[in-house]
Amino acid sequence: MKTVVPARQTRGDPSFDVERVRADFPILKLKVGGKPLVYLDNAASSQMPQAVLDRIVRYRTTQHSNIHRAVHTLSEIATREYEEARGKVARFLNAREEREVIFTSGTTDAINLVMHGYGRKFIGKDDEIILTTLEHHSNIVPWQMLAEEKGAKIRVVPVNDAGELDIDAYEKLFNEHTRFVGVMHVSNALGTINPIKAMIAFAHARGVPVLVDGAQAAPHLKLDVQDLDCDFYAFSGHKVCGPTGVGALYGKAAVLERMQPFKGGGDMILSVTFEKTVYNTIPFKFEAGTPPIAGAIGLGAAVDYLSALGMDAIAAHELELLNHATEALNRMPGVRIIGTAEKKAAVVSFAIEGVHPHDVGTLLNQDGIAVRTGHHCAQPVMKRFGVPATSRASFAFYNTLAEVDALVTGIRNVQKVFT
Amino acid sequence: MADPKALYQEVILDHNRKPRNWGSLAHASHRAEGHNPLCGDHLKLTLDMPNDRIDAIAFEGESCAICKASASMMTAAVKGKTRDDAETLIQEFRDMATGKLDLVREAHHLGRLAVFAGVRDLPTRVKCAILPWHTLHAAFNAVASTTTEAEDDPMHAPIGDA
Repeated sequence: MKTVVPARQTRGDPSFDVERVRADFPILKLKVGGKPLVYLDNAASSQMPQAVLDRIVRYRTTQHSNIHRAVHTLSEIATREYEEARGKVARFLNAREEREVIFTSGTTDAINLVMHGYGRKFIGKDDEIILTTLEHHSNIVPWQMLAEEKGAKIRVVPVNDAGELDIDAYEKLFNEHTRFVGVMHVSNALGTINPIKAMIAFAHARGVPVLVDGAQAAPHLKLDVQDLDCDFYAFSGHKVCGPTGVGALYGKAAVLERMQPFKGGGDMILSVTFEKTVYNTIPFKFEAGTPPIAGAIGLGAAVDYLSALGMDAIAAHELELLNHATEALNRMPGVRIIGTAEKKAAVVSFAIEGVHPHDVGTLLNQDGIAVRTGHHCAQPVMKRFGVPATSRASFAFYNTLAEVDALVTGIRNVQKVFT
Repeated sequence: MADPKALYQEVILDHNRKPRNWGSLAHASHRAEGHNPLCGDHLKLTLDMPNDRIDAIAFEGESCAICKASASMMTAAVKGKTRDDAETLIQEFRDMATGKLDLVREAHHLGRLAVFAGVRDLPTRVKCAILPWHTLHAAFNAVASTTTEAEDDPMHAPIGDA
Protein backbone atom coordinates (compact mmCIF):
# COMPACT_ATOMS: atom_id res chain seq x y z
CA MET A 1 0.00 0.00 0.00
CA LYS A 2 1.61 3.19 -1.17
CA THR A 3 0.96 6.43 0.61
CA VAL A 4 0.68 9.34 -1.76
CA VAL A 5 2.16 12.43 -0.18
CA PRO A 6 0.92 15.69 -1.63
CA ALA A 7 3.77 17.78 -2.96
CA ARG A 8 3.10 20.82 -0.85
CA GLN A 9 2.67 19.07 2.47
CA THR A 10 5.41 20.27 4.75
CA ARG A 11 5.15 19.96 8.47
CA GLY A 12 8.19 22.17 8.95
CA ASP A 13 6.64 25.51 8.14
CA PRO A 14 3.04 25.81 6.97
CA SER A 15 3.77 29.16 5.29
CA PHE A 16 6.41 27.55 3.02
CA ASP A 17 4.55 26.78 -0.19
CA VAL A 18 6.87 24.68 -2.31
CA GLU A 19 4.70 24.87 -5.43
CA ARG A 20 4.78 28.64 -5.31
CA VAL A 21 8.55 28.53 -4.85
CA ARG A 22 8.91 26.15 -7.81
CA ALA A 23 7.07 28.62 -10.02
CA ASP A 24 10.06 30.97 -9.52
CA PHE A 25 12.40 28.50 -11.26
CA PRO A 26 11.80 28.27 -15.02
CA ILE A 27 14.17 25.32 -15.48
CA LEU A 28 12.09 23.11 -13.20
CA LYS A 29 9.41 23.03 -15.89
CA LEU A 30 11.78 21.19 -18.24
CA LYS A 31 11.24 17.68 -19.47
CA VAL A 32 14.20 15.36 -19.91
CA GLY A 33 13.71 12.58 -22.44
CA GLY A 34 9.96 13.18 -22.23
CA LYS A 35 9.91 12.90 -18.40
CA PRO A 36 9.48 15.81 -16.00
CA LEU A 37 12.87 16.87 -14.70
CA VAL A 38 13.52 15.73 -11.12
CA TYR A 39 16.58 17.75 -10.27
CA LEU A 40 18.41 16.18 -7.35
CA ASP A 41 21.93 17.38 -8.09
CA ASN A 42 21.80 20.60 -6.11
CA ALA A 43 25.02 19.94 -4.23
CA ALA A 44 26.81 20.12 -7.58
CA SER A 45 24.96 23.24 -8.71
CA SER A 46 21.61 24.76 -7.86
CA GLN A 47 19.19 26.46 -10.25
CA MET A 48 18.51 30.17 -10.55
CA PRO A 49 15.13 31.76 -9.82
CA GLN A 50 13.63 34.27 -12.26
CA ALA A 51 14.50 37.12 -9.87
CA VAL A 52 18.23 36.35 -10.21
CA LEU A 53 18.02 35.83 -13.97
CA ASP A 54 16.14 39.14 -14.30
CA ARG A 55 18.65 40.96 -12.12
CA ILE A 56 21.54 39.78 -14.29
CA VAL A 57 19.74 40.79 -17.47
CA ARG A 58 18.86 44.20 -16.00
CA TYR A 59 22.50 44.77 -15.07
CA ARG A 60 23.75 43.67 -18.46
CA THR A 61 21.16 45.63 -20.43
CA THR A 62 21.03 48.88 -18.43
CA GLN A 63 23.87 49.14 -15.90
CA HIS A 64 27.03 47.56 -17.22
CA SER A 65 30.38 49.25 -17.20
CA ASN A 66 33.67 48.66 -15.47
CA ILE A 67 33.82 49.48 -11.78
CA HIS A 68 36.00 51.59 -9.48
CA ARG A 69 37.35 53.51 -12.47
CA ALA A 70 35.69 56.11 -14.60
CA VAL A 71 33.59 59.05 -13.49
CA HIS A 72 30.84 58.50 -16.03
CA THR A 73 27.33 57.57 -14.98
CA LEU A 74 27.36 53.91 -15.98
CA SER A 75 30.60 53.28 -14.13
CA GLU A 76 29.16 54.89 -11.04
CA ILE A 77 26.01 52.78 -11.29
CA ALA A 78 27.96 49.55 -11.88
CA THR A 79 30.28 50.34 -8.96
CA ARG A 80 27.33 51.10 -6.68
CA GLU A 81 25.49 47.90 -7.63
CA TYR A 82 28.64 45.78 -7.24
CA GLU A 83 29.34 47.23 -3.81
CA GLU A 84 25.71 46.84 -2.82
CA ALA A 85 26.02 43.16 -3.70
CA ARG A 86 29.00 42.99 -1.33
CA GLY A 87 26.78 44.42 1.38
CA LYS A 88 24.08 41.83 0.67
CA VAL A 89 26.62 39.01 1.00
CA ALA A 90 28.00 40.56 4.20
CA ARG A 91 24.49 40.61 5.69
CA PHE A 92 23.83 37.03 4.47
CA LEU A 93 26.91 35.91 6.42
CA ASN A 94 26.34 38.40 9.25
CA ALA A 95 29.84 39.79 8.76
CA ARG A 96 30.80 42.74 10.94
CA GLU A 97 31.85 44.86 8.00
CA GLU A 98 31.35 44.82 4.25
CA ARG A 99 35.11 45.03 3.62
CA GLU A 100 35.41 41.56 5.14
CA VAL A 101 33.76 40.12 2.00
CA ILE A 102 35.98 39.45 -1.01
CA PHE A 103 34.42 38.41 -4.28
CA THR A 104 36.18 35.40 -5.80
CA SER A 105 35.40 33.10 -8.69
CA GLY A 106 34.09 30.50 -6.26
CA THR A 107 34.97 28.44 -3.21
CA THR A 108 38.07 26.91 -4.80
CA ASP A 109 39.38 30.35 -5.69
CA ALA A 110 38.61 31.58 -2.17
CA ILE A 111 40.56 28.73 -0.56
CA ASN A 112 43.46 29.30 -2.94
CA LEU A 113 43.39 32.97 -1.97
CA VAL A 114 43.78 32.02 1.70
CA MET A 115 46.52 29.53 0.90
CA HIS A 116 48.53 32.12 -1.05
CA GLY A 117 47.64 35.17 1.02
CA TYR A 118 47.82 33.66 4.48
CA GLY A 119 49.48 30.26 4.12
CA ARG A 120 52.49 31.30 2.09
CA LYS A 121 53.16 34.17 4.48
CA PHE A 122 52.56 32.52 7.84
CA ILE A 123 53.09 28.77 7.37
CA GLY A 124 56.61 27.41 7.13
CA LYS A 125 58.81 24.36 7.49
CA ASP A 126 57.56 21.69 9.92
CA ASP A 127 54.39 23.65 10.61
CA GLU A 128 51.22 21.58 10.62
CA ILE A 129 47.89 22.10 8.89
CA ILE A 130 44.86 20.16 10.14
CA LEU A 131 42.31 19.05 7.54
CA THR A 132 39.59 16.40 7.71
CA THR A 133 38.92 13.18 5.83
CA LEU A 134 35.64 14.70 4.65
CA GLU A 135 37.24 17.58 2.74
CA HIS A 136 36.47 18.26 -0.88
CA HIS A 137 39.59 18.15 -3.05
CA SER A 138 39.45 21.95 -3.19
CA ASN A 139 40.30 22.10 0.52
CA ILE A 140 43.01 19.45 0.24
CA VAL A 141 45.03 20.14 -2.88
CA PRO A 142 45.92 23.82 -2.22
CA TRP A 143 47.26 22.86 1.21
CA GLN A 144 49.24 19.97 -0.24
CA MET A 145 50.80 22.40 -2.70
CA LEU A 146 51.70 24.70 0.19
CA ALA A 147 53.03 21.81 2.30
CA GLU A 148 55.24 20.71 -0.57
CA GLU A 149 56.56 24.21 -1.15
CA LYS A 150 57.24 24.98 2.51
CA GLY A 151 58.03 21.59 3.97
CA ALA A 152 54.90 21.78 6.13
CA LYS A 153 52.83 18.76 7.18
CA ILE A 154 49.17 17.92 6.78
CA ARG A 155 47.36 16.13 9.61
CA VAL A 156 43.98 14.58 8.91
CA VAL A 157 40.97 14.22 11.23
CA PRO A 158 39.41 10.75 10.84
CA VAL A 159 35.68 10.03 10.53
CA ASN A 160 33.56 7.33 12.15
CA ASP A 161 31.33 4.85 10.31
CA ALA A 162 28.45 7.32 10.32
CA GLY A 163 30.56 9.92 8.52
CA GLU A 164 31.05 12.12 11.57
CA LEU A 165 34.38 13.69 12.46
CA ASP A 166 36.23 12.13 15.38
CA ILE A 167 36.44 15.22 17.57
CA ASP A 168 38.66 13.56 20.18
CA ALA A 169 41.14 12.74 17.45
CA TYR A 170 40.86 16.32 16.14
CA GLU A 171 41.79 17.74 19.51
CA LYS A 172 44.70 15.32 19.87
CA LEU A 173 46.15 16.46 16.54
CA PHE A 174 47.00 19.86 18.00
CA ASN A 175 50.56 20.46 19.10
CA GLU A 176 53.04 23.34 19.14
CA HIS A 177 53.49 23.04 15.36
CA THR A 178 49.80 23.47 14.49
CA ARG A 179 49.34 26.63 12.42
CA PHE A 180 46.08 26.26 10.55
CA VAL A 181 42.79 24.36 10.38
CA GLY A 182 40.72 23.83 7.23
CA VAL A 183 37.33 22.19 7.68
CA MET A 184 34.16 21.96 5.64
CA HIS A 185 30.92 23.04 7.28
CA VAL A 186 28.77 20.45 5.48
CA SER A 187 30.12 17.39 3.65
CA ASN A 188 29.29 17.42 -0.04
CA ALA A 189 29.65 13.66 -0.30
CA LEU A 190 27.76 12.57 2.83
CA GLY A 191 25.79 15.57 4.06
CA THR A 192 27.35 15.56 7.54
CA ILE A 193 27.04 18.89 9.35
CA ASN A 194 30.30 19.29 11.23
CA PRO A 195 30.44 20.83 14.74
CA ILE A 196 32.56 23.69 13.45
CA LYS A 197 31.73 26.17 16.20
CA ALA A 198 33.29 23.96 18.86
CA MET A 199 36.17 23.08 16.55
CA ILE A 200 36.88 26.76 15.94
CA ALA A 201 36.77 27.54 19.66
CA PHE A 202 39.21 24.71 20.36
CA ALA A 203 41.62 25.94 17.67
CA HIS A 204 41.37 29.56 18.81
CA ALA A 205 42.18 28.58 22.39
CA ARG A 206 45.50 27.43 20.90
CA GLY A 207 45.94 30.50 18.73
CA VAL A 208 45.22 28.63 15.48
CA PRO A 209 43.09 30.25 12.75
CA VAL A 210 40.34 28.31 10.98
CA LEU A 211 39.07 28.36 7.43
CA VAL A 212 35.59 26.97 6.85
CA ASP A 213 34.63 25.62 3.43
CA GLY A 214 30.98 26.61 3.43
CA ALA A 215 30.14 25.63 -0.15
CA GLN A 216 27.55 23.07 0.96
CA ALA A 217 26.35 24.93 4.05
CA ALA A 218 25.50 28.31 2.55
CA PRO A 219 22.51 26.96 0.56
CA HIS A 220 21.01 25.18 3.57
CA LEU A 221 21.86 26.78 6.90
CA LYS A 222 21.45 30.19 8.47
CA LEU A 223 24.98 31.54 8.66
CA ASP A 224 26.54 33.81 11.24
CA VAL A 225 30.29 34.16 10.86
CA GLN A 226 30.49 36.30 14.00
CA ASP A 227 28.81 33.63 16.07
CA LEU A 228 30.99 30.91 14.52
CA ASP A 229 34.01 33.18 15.04
CA CYS A 230 35.75 31.57 12.02
CA ASP A 231 38.67 33.44 10.51
CA PHE A 232 37.64 32.57 6.94
CA TYR A 233 34.41 31.35 5.38
CA ALA A 234 34.23 30.46 1.69
CA PHE A 235 31.22 29.71 -0.51
CA SER A 236 30.13 29.63 -4.16
CA GLY A 237 27.41 31.59 -5.94
CA HIS A 238 26.14 28.76 -8.09
CA LYS A 239 25.29 26.59 -5.10
CA VAL A 240 23.06 29.29 -3.55
CA CYS A 241 20.87 29.86 -6.63
CA GLY A 242 23.29 32.40 -8.07
CA PRO A 243 25.42 32.23 -11.22
CA THR A 244 28.65 30.28 -11.78
CA GLY A 245 31.97 32.10 -11.88
CA VAL A 246 31.42 34.00 -8.66
CA GLY A 247 31.78 33.24 -4.98
CA ALA A 248 32.85 34.96 -1.80
CA LEU A 249 35.45 34.74 0.88
CA TYR A 250 34.71 36.18 4.28
CA GLY A 251 37.78 36.97 6.33
CA LYS A 252 38.14 38.79 9.62
CA ALA A 253 39.38 42.28 8.78
CA ALA A 254 42.36 42.02 11.13
CA VAL A 255 43.47 38.75 9.49
CA LEU A 256 42.92 40.01 5.94
CA GLU A 257 44.97 43.13 6.74
CA ARG A 258 47.97 41.00 7.68
CA MET A 259 47.83 38.87 4.53
CA GLN A 260 49.77 39.32 1.33
CA PRO A 261 47.89 39.76 -1.97
CA PHE A 262 47.09 36.65 -4.00
CA LYS A 263 46.90 37.99 -7.53
CA GLY A 264 48.60 41.13 -8.72
CA GLY A 265 47.07 43.55 -11.17
CA GLY A 266 44.68 46.43 -11.58
CA ASP A 267 42.24 47.51 -8.86
CA MET A 268 44.30 45.90 -6.11
CA ILE A 269 46.79 48.78 -5.95
CA LEU A 270 46.88 52.34 -4.67
CA SER A 271 49.92 53.36 -6.68
CA VAL A 272 52.38 51.67 -8.98
CA THR A 273 55.88 52.67 -9.92
CA PHE A 274 58.62 50.36 -11.06
CA GLU A 275 60.34 51.03 -7.76
CA LYS A 276 57.43 50.31 -5.44
CA THR A 277 53.77 49.38 -5.57
CA VAL A 278 51.42 50.26 -2.74
CA TYR A 279 48.57 47.80 -2.34
CA ASN A 280 44.98 48.86 -1.97
CA THR A 281 43.05 48.39 1.25
CA ILE A 282 40.85 45.34 1.88
CA PRO A 283 38.80 43.99 0.26
CA PHE A 284 40.22 45.50 -2.98
CA LYS A 285 43.73 44.23 -2.24
CA PHE A 286 42.38 40.77 -3.05
CA GLU A 287 40.32 41.65 -6.11
CA ALA A 288 42.85 42.10 -8.89
CA GLY A 289 41.54 42.78 -12.35
CA THR A 290 37.96 43.35 -13.43
CA PRO A 291 35.84 41.11 -11.23
CA PRO A 292 32.75 39.16 -12.33
CA ILE A 293 30.52 42.20 -11.87
CA ALA A 294 27.30 40.69 -13.22
CA GLY A 295 28.05 37.52 -11.28
CA ALA A 296 28.48 39.40 -8.02
CA ILE A 297 25.26 41.34 -8.59
CA GLY A 298 23.50 38.06 -9.42
CA LEU A 299 24.90 36.55 -6.24
CA GLY A 300 23.58 39.51 -4.29
CA ALA A 301 20.13 38.92 -5.76
CA ALA A 302 20.39 35.21 -4.96
CA VAL A 303 21.19 35.69 -1.27
CA ASP A 304 18.37 38.24 -1.08
CA TYR A 305 16.03 35.63 -2.59
CA LEU A 306 17.11 33.01 -0.04
CA SER A 307 16.84 35.46 2.83
CA ALA A 308 13.33 36.48 1.74
CA LEU A 309 12.26 32.82 1.80
CA GLY A 310 13.99 32.53 5.15
CA MET A 311 16.88 30.19 5.82
CA ASP A 312 14.98 28.65 8.72
CA ALA A 313 12.01 27.81 6.49
CA ILE A 314 14.42 26.44 3.87
CA ALA A 315 16.18 24.27 6.44
CA ALA A 316 12.86 22.98 7.82
CA HIS A 317 11.55 21.99 4.38
CA GLU A 318 14.83 20.35 3.43
CA LEU A 319 14.89 18.41 6.69
CA GLU A 320 11.49 17.03 5.77
CA LEU A 321 12.84 15.94 2.36
CA LEU A 322 15.90 14.39 3.99
CA ASN A 323 13.84 12.47 6.55
CA HIS A 324 11.42 11.23 3.92
CA ALA A 325 14.27 10.10 1.63
CA THR A 326 16.19 8.49 4.49
CA GLU A 327 13.15 6.55 5.71
CA ALA A 328 12.23 5.44 2.19
CA LEU A 329 15.73 4.31 1.20
CA ASN A 330 16.25 2.55 4.52
CA ARG A 331 13.15 0.48 3.76
CA MET A 332 14.47 -0.63 0.36
CA PRO A 333 16.23 -4.00 0.28
CA GLY A 334 19.65 -3.80 -1.36
CA VAL A 335 19.98 -0.05 -0.82
CA ARG A 336 22.52 1.30 1.64
CA ILE A 337 22.82 4.93 2.67
CA ILE A 338 26.43 6.07 3.05
CA GLY A 339 26.69 8.84 5.60
CA THR A 340 24.32 8.43 8.53
CA ALA A 341 25.45 11.29 10.73
CA GLU A 342 23.05 12.50 13.36
CA LYS A 343 23.20 16.01 11.94
CA LYS A 344 22.91 16.11 8.18
CA ALA A 345 22.02 18.50 5.40
CA ALA A 346 19.68 17.24 2.67
CA VAL A 347 22.22 15.02 0.93
CA VAL A 348 21.71 11.27 0.54
CA SER A 349 24.62 9.26 -0.81
CA PHE A 350 23.66 5.67 -1.47
CA ALA A 351 24.80 2.39 -2.96
CA ILE A 352 22.58 -0.19 -4.65
CA GLU A 353 23.82 -3.72 -4.15
CA GLY A 354 25.24 -5.18 -7.33
CA VAL A 355 24.85 -2.01 -9.38
CA HIS A 356 27.66 0.42 -10.11
CA PRO A 357 26.75 4.08 -9.43
CA HIS A 358 27.34 5.03 -13.05
CA ASP A 359 24.74 2.54 -14.18
CA VAL A 360 22.42 3.94 -11.50
CA GLY A 361 22.96 7.46 -12.82
CA THR A 362 22.34 6.55 -16.45
CA LEU A 363 19.19 4.59 -15.64
CA LEU A 364 17.77 7.25 -13.30
CA ASN A 365 18.40 9.79 -16.03
CA GLN A 366 16.16 7.76 -18.31
CA ASP A 367 13.41 8.51 -15.76
CA GLY A 368 14.25 12.22 -15.83
CA ILE A 369 16.00 12.07 -12.46
CA ALA A 370 19.30 13.96 -12.20
CA VAL A 371 21.64 12.66 -9.49
CA ARG A 372 25.39 12.84 -9.19
CA THR A 373 27.38 9.64 -9.46
CA GLY A 374 31.09 9.39 -8.82
CA HIS A 375 33.55 10.24 -6.10
CA HIS A 376 32.18 13.78 -5.57
CA CYS A 377 35.71 15.23 -5.60
CA ALA A 378 36.16 13.58 -2.21
CA GLN A 379 38.24 10.49 -2.93
CA PRO A 380 39.46 10.16 0.70
CA VAL A 381 35.81 9.84 1.78
CA MET A 382 35.16 7.13 -0.81
CA LYS A 383 38.26 5.27 0.34
CA ARG A 384 37.15 5.53 3.98
CA PHE A 385 33.83 3.88 3.14
CA GLY A 386 35.36 1.32 0.78
CA VAL A 387 33.46 2.37 -2.33
CA PRO A 388 34.84 3.67 -5.62
CA ALA A 389 31.89 6.00 -5.99
CA THR A 390 28.36 6.59 -4.77
CA SER A 391 25.11 7.86 -6.20
CA ARG A 392 24.07 11.07 -4.52
CA ALA A 393 20.71 12.76 -4.34
CA SER A 394 21.07 16.29 -3.02
CA PHE A 395 17.96 18.33 -2.36
CA ALA A 396 17.12 22.00 -2.50
CA PHE A 397 14.17 23.84 -0.98
CA TYR A 398 12.37 23.65 -4.35
CA ASN A 399 12.30 19.86 -4.30
CA THR A 400 9.13 18.10 -3.21
CA LEU A 401 8.22 14.99 -1.30
CA ALA A 402 6.74 13.69 -4.58
CA GLU A 403 10.20 14.00 -6.14
CA VAL A 404 11.64 11.91 -3.33
CA ASP A 405 9.00 9.32 -4.20
CA ALA A 406 10.04 9.56 -7.86
CA LEU A 407 13.61 8.78 -6.80
CA VAL A 408 12.42 5.75 -4.86
CA THR A 409 10.48 4.49 -7.89
CA GLY A 410 13.51 5.18 -10.07
CA ILE A 411 15.75 3.13 -7.78
CA ARG A 412 13.22 0.30 -7.92
CA ASN A 413 13.38 0.44 -11.74
CA VAL A 414 17.17 0.24 -11.61
CA GLN A 415 16.93 -2.82 -9.39
CA LYS A 416 14.45 -4.42 -11.82
CA VAL A 417 16.85 -3.95 -14.74
CA PHE A 418 19.65 -5.58 -12.79
CA THR A 419 17.76 -8.57 -11.35
CA MET B 1 11.40 0.00 -16.98
CA ALA B 2 14.26 1.01 -19.20
CA ASP B 3 13.61 1.72 -22.82
CA PRO B 4 14.37 -1.51 -24.73
CA LYS B 5 16.29 0.54 -27.30
CA ALA B 6 18.56 1.83 -24.59
CA LEU B 7 21.99 0.59 -23.70
CA TYR B 8 21.04 -1.85 -20.98
CA GLN B 9 20.03 -4.72 -23.24
CA GLU B 10 19.77 -8.27 -22.01
CA VAL B 11 23.04 -9.33 -23.63
CA ILE B 12 24.92 -6.58 -21.77
CA LEU B 13 23.20 -7.35 -18.48
CA ASP B 14 23.96 -11.05 -18.95
CA HIS B 15 27.66 -10.43 -19.51
CA ASN B 16 27.66 -8.16 -16.45
CA ARG B 17 26.09 -10.88 -14.30
CA LYS B 18 28.20 -13.71 -15.69
CA PRO B 19 31.37 -12.23 -17.14
CA ARG B 20 33.19 -14.58 -19.50
CA ASN B 21 36.95 -15.17 -19.13
CA TRP B 22 36.91 -13.71 -15.62
CA GLY B 23 40.12 -14.02 -13.66
CA SER B 24 43.80 -13.82 -14.35
CA LEU B 25 46.16 -16.06 -16.37
CA ALA B 26 49.00 -17.61 -14.38
CA HIS B 27 51.36 -17.56 -17.36
CA ALA B 28 50.57 -14.45 -19.37
CA SER B 29 52.75 -13.22 -22.19
CA HIS B 30 51.06 -9.80 -22.16
CA ARG B 31 49.29 -7.85 -19.46
CA ALA B 32 47.99 -4.35 -18.78
CA GLU B 33 45.83 -2.45 -16.35
CA GLY B 34 43.19 0.02 -17.40
CA HIS B 35 41.90 2.77 -15.15
CA ASN B 36 39.29 5.46 -15.55
CA PRO B 37 40.06 7.79 -12.65
CA LEU B 38 36.93 9.88 -13.11
CA CYS B 39 34.51 7.04 -12.44
CA GLY B 40 36.75 4.49 -10.76
CA ASP B 41 36.50 1.78 -13.42
CA HIS B 42 39.55 -0.41 -13.07
CA LEU B 43 40.46 -3.66 -14.82
CA LYS B 44 43.39 -6.00 -15.25
CA LEU B 45 43.87 -7.87 -18.47
CA THR B 46 46.16 -10.85 -19.00
CA LEU B 47 46.68 -12.70 -22.26
CA ASP B 48 48.72 -15.50 -23.64
CA MET B 49 49.72 -14.71 -27.21
CA PRO B 50 52.46 -16.94 -28.59
CA ASN B 51 53.05 -16.40 -32.31
CA ASP B 52 50.75 -13.37 -32.52
CA ARG B 53 47.60 -15.38 -31.84
CA ILE B 54 45.54 -14.87 -28.66
CA ASP B 55 45.34 -18.37 -27.18
CA ALA B 56 43.98 -17.28 -23.83
CA ILE B 57 42.71 -14.05 -22.31
CA ALA B 58 41.27 -13.11 -18.93
CA PHE B 59 40.17 -10.00 -17.08
CA GLU B 60 39.14 -8.94 -13.63
CA GLY B 61 38.48 -5.69 -11.82
CA GLU B 62 35.89 -3.29 -10.47
CA SER B 63 33.70 -1.48 -12.91
CA CYS B 64 30.24 -0.49 -14.01
CA ALA B 65 28.06 -2.87 -16.03
CA ILE B 66 28.92 -1.22 -19.34
CA CYS B 67 32.65 -1.63 -18.78
CA LYS B 68 32.40 -5.16 -17.43
CA ALA B 69 30.12 -6.36 -20.23
CA SER B 70 32.34 -4.70 -22.81
CA ALA B 71 35.39 -6.47 -21.36
CA SER B 72 33.60 -9.80 -21.21
CA MET B 73 32.36 -9.60 -24.79
CA MET B 74 35.74 -8.35 -25.94
CA THR B 75 37.58 -11.32 -24.46
CA ALA B 76 35.08 -13.69 -26.09
CA ALA B 77 35.46 -11.91 -29.42
CA VAL B 78 39.26 -11.77 -29.61
CA LYS B 79 40.10 -15.21 -28.22
CA GLY B 80 41.68 -17.26 -31.02
CA LYS B 81 42.17 -14.19 -33.21
CA THR B 82 45.46 -12.81 -34.45
CA ARG B 83 46.79 -9.60 -33.05
CA ASP B 84 46.08 -7.82 -36.35
CA ASP B 85 42.45 -8.94 -36.34
CA ALA B 86 42.10 -7.85 -32.72
CA GLU B 87 43.60 -4.44 -33.53
CA THR B 88 41.01 -4.06 -36.29
CA LEU B 89 38.24 -4.78 -33.78
CA ILE B 90 39.73 -2.28 -31.31
CA GLN B 91 39.65 0.42 -33.96
CA GLU B 92 36.14 -0.45 -35.10
CA PHE B 93 34.81 -0.59 -31.54
CA ARG B 94 36.30 2.80 -30.71
CA ASP B 95 34.90 4.27 -33.90
CA MET B 96 31.46 2.83 -33.14
CA ALA B 97 31.46 4.14 -29.57
CA THR B 98 32.50 7.61 -30.62
CA GLY B 99 30.02 7.72 -33.48
CA LYS B 100 32.60 7.63 -36.26
CA LEU B 101 31.53 4.28 -37.64
CA ASP B 102 28.15 3.93 -39.32
CA LEU B 103 27.24 0.33 -38.59
CA VAL B 104 24.63 0.20 -41.35
CA ARG B 105 26.57 1.73 -44.21
CA GLU B 106 30.13 0.72 -43.47
CA ALA B 107 31.66 -2.73 -43.39
CA HIS B 108 32.84 -3.95 -40.00
CA HIS B 109 33.54 -7.08 -37.98
CA LEU B 110 31.81 -6.15 -34.73
CA GLY B 111 28.95 -8.66 -34.84
CA ARG B 112 27.23 -8.86 -31.42
CA LEU B 113 29.49 -6.07 -30.14
CA ALA B 114 27.14 -3.73 -32.00
CA VAL B 115 24.92 -3.74 -28.87
CA PHE B 116 27.28 -1.07 -27.55
CA ALA B 117 26.41 1.35 -30.35
CA GLY B 118 24.03 3.15 -27.95
CA VAL B 119 26.90 4.62 -25.90
CA ARG B 120 27.51 7.13 -28.67
CA ASP B 121 24.46 8.98 -27.32
CA LEU B 122 25.84 8.95 -23.78
CA PRO B 123 29.14 10.85 -23.94
CA THR B 124 29.82 10.30 -20.24
CA ARG B 125 29.64 6.53 -20.72
CA VAL B 126 31.77 6.18 -23.85
CA LYS B 127 34.88 5.77 -21.72
CA CYS B 128 33.29 2.94 -19.75
CA ALA B 129 32.73 0.93 -22.92
CA ILE B 130 36.10 1.72 -24.45
CA LEU B 131 38.33 1.10 -21.42
CA PRO B 132 38.76 -2.69 -21.97
CA TRP B 133 39.68 -2.13 -25.63
CA HIS B 134 42.08 0.58 -24.68
CA THR B 135 43.65 -1.81 -22.18
CA LEU B 136 43.97 -4.57 -24.77
CA HIS B 137 45.75 -2.16 -27.07
CA ALA B 138 48.10 -1.24 -24.21
CA ALA B 139 48.81 -4.92 -23.51
CA PHE B 140 49.74 -5.52 -27.16
CA ASN B 141 52.16 -2.64 -26.96
CA ALA B 142 53.62 -3.66 -23.60
CA VAL B 143 52.28 -0.58 -21.83
CA ALA B 144 51.80 -1.56 -18.20
CA SER B 145 48.91 0.73 -17.42
CA THR B 146 46.59 2.97 -19.34
CA THR B 147 43.75 5.36 -18.76
CA THR B 148 41.07 6.97 -20.83
CA GLU B 149 42.25 10.38 -19.66
CA ALA B 150 44.57 13.03 -21.05
CA GLU B 151 46.04 12.54 -24.49
CA ASP B 152 44.74 8.99 -24.63
CA ASP B 153 41.20 10.22 -24.11
CA PRO B 154 39.08 9.00 -27.02
CA MET B 155 36.71 11.90 -26.38
CA HIS B 156 39.39 14.35 -27.37
CA ALA B 157 39.19 13.00 -30.88
CA PRO B 158 36.53 14.76 -32.93
CA ILE B 159 33.31 12.80 -33.14
CA GLY B 160 31.77 12.25 -36.54
CA ASP B 161 32.94 13.92 -39.72
CA ALA B 162 32.36 17.45 -38.47
